[in-house]
Amino acid sequence: MADIKNLTNGFIKQNPTFVQVLGMCPTLAVTTSAENALGMGLAVLAVLVMSNIAISLIRKLVPDNIRIPVYIVVIASFVTVIDLLMHGFTYDLWKTLGLFIPLIVVNCIILGRAEAFASKNGVLDSIFDALGMGLGFTGSLLLLGSIREILGNGTIFGLKVMSETFKMYLFILPPGAFIALGLLLAFFNSLTLKKQKKGGK
Amino acid sequence: MALNTSAAPHLRTKDSTRKVMIDVLIALMPAVIVSSVVYGLKALIVMLSCMVGAELFELFIMKVLRNKKNFRPDFSAAVTGLLLGMNVSIAVQWWQILIGVIFAIGVGKHVFGGLGQNMFNPALVGRVFMIISFPTAMTTWLKPGVTDLVTTATPLAIAKESYGTAVNFSQLMANNNINYMDLFLGKISGSMGEISAAALLIGFIYLVVRGRIKINIPVFYVGTVVIFSSIMYFINNSYGTPLFHVLTGGLIIGALFMATDMVTSPMTFKGQMIYGIGLGVITMVIRYIGSYPEGVSFAILIMNAFVPLIDIWAKPKIYGTVKKEAKI
Repeated sequence: MADIKNLTNGFIKQNPTFVQVLGMCPTLAVTTSAENALGMGLAVLAVLVMSNIAISLIRKLVPDNIRIPVYIVVIASFVTVIDLLMHGFTYDLWKTLGLFIPLIVVNCIILGRAEAFASKNGVLDSIFDALGMGLGFTGSLLLLGSIREILGNGTIFGLKVMSETFKMYLFILPPGAFIALGLLLAFFNSLTLKKQKKGGK
Repeated sequence: MALNTSAAPHLRTKDSTRKVMIDVLIALMPAVIVSSVVYGLKALIVMLSCMVGAELFELFIMKVLRNKKNFRPDFSAAVTGLLLGMNVSIAVQWWQILIGVIFAIGVGKHVFGGLGQNMFNPALVGRVFMIISFPTAMTTWLKPGVTDLVTTATPLAIAKESYGTAVNFSQLMANNNINYMDLFLGKISGSMGEISAAALLIGFIYLVVRGRIKINIPVFYVGTVVIFSSIMYFINNSYGTPLFHVLTGGLIIGALFMATDMVTSPMTFKGQMIYGIGLGVITMVIRYIGSYPEGVSFAILIMNAFVPLIDIWAKPKIYGTVKKEAKI
């Protein structure tokens, strides 16, 4: 029943950040370091898996007219759980991510997957989808975070990889986020274009 | 007599982008020569390699990335590279300038679609990128005319310390060995190409005589700076004389060569007036209360962003239309 394609879709083909361009707010804001990016990605992954399971389970009970409020309530409950867990166990990360953890509630990826996938498919498929999308999101956040941390601070996960003089401070700042994201988007688009050209021939 | 029928335009100018750009390069040469006299051979090598590097990188982008096989270099990238090279301190490392050049041509120009499409002056995009990315190197200034590496502060940075205090400005200038003649001729510390107002003026006059640049924008820009700084000078003597503010920093090179960039400046007289006045006001506000001692590059970039709006607002009335109709 469950299709493995639902899992792999989120990695590259339907990558939430680079292809669907969803969830830009945390993508741009918290990727100042690889550690923050990984933390944010994993938090979103956890919420996404749990909310997809719950929504897929209740999909036949929810009346169509009020489905969005219901989804939001479900997602918000899981976000609260994650928020409190992070507060309890990873206090430093919780402090750096700050407001962006509660903001996972309105993350387009989670609501988007609930609306577009979990409300129409079975539990197992929904888990696969959530895992794929969540890992894709975590991966792209980690990629962006690592690039920004290496270029802007000369470190990755706090480890020094580049000498002090080579730092390009811009990449830690907000404009650097836009520029790095734009360059990555261009890179991924060029890959897709090349693939399409090959497929066309 | 045989009559040819052909489509308009019938009058063609022989001017091409390439010819204009070569003229700009020639016009920048006096300043390049002065700075290589003041800062030594290294300055000349840095500026020329910026120029060549920018042109090569543009060639790479056009031929490889954008797949335009019949692209012929028009030297606009060389102008960008040379201006960027002239706008950094001699203390900056060569690879830092190289990254700046790549950023200027790649992100400042070709991301927007290449020549004629770029919203912001590419050389300044590169420069501001470097100011933010390499703050220490970009604000280390070397003393001119000395072969040893002696760091010093620019006149503007010295003056900035005392804005709004009870310091007597002419006393301050005398204490720091700054005089107007040195400021005019270029015996001061600063970016490689910006130091000599005289050399830049010579180049600018050449461009005006050749009909490449209209003097509206520089006149309004420098005029606004003079008026603004005169007012401040009369309020409190420590804010610096108008002449000091005109001759120091990047104002002359900015007003003459960067604000007048054809792509990123308004087209009509009214637009150029607004643009020049805006530039002057922003520059002086940054100089007086900003966190940087110099605001020319930021002012030009900020006003570049407004140019499309200014162009719409300052559009000349279309001949034959009534005001009501033009309002649609």
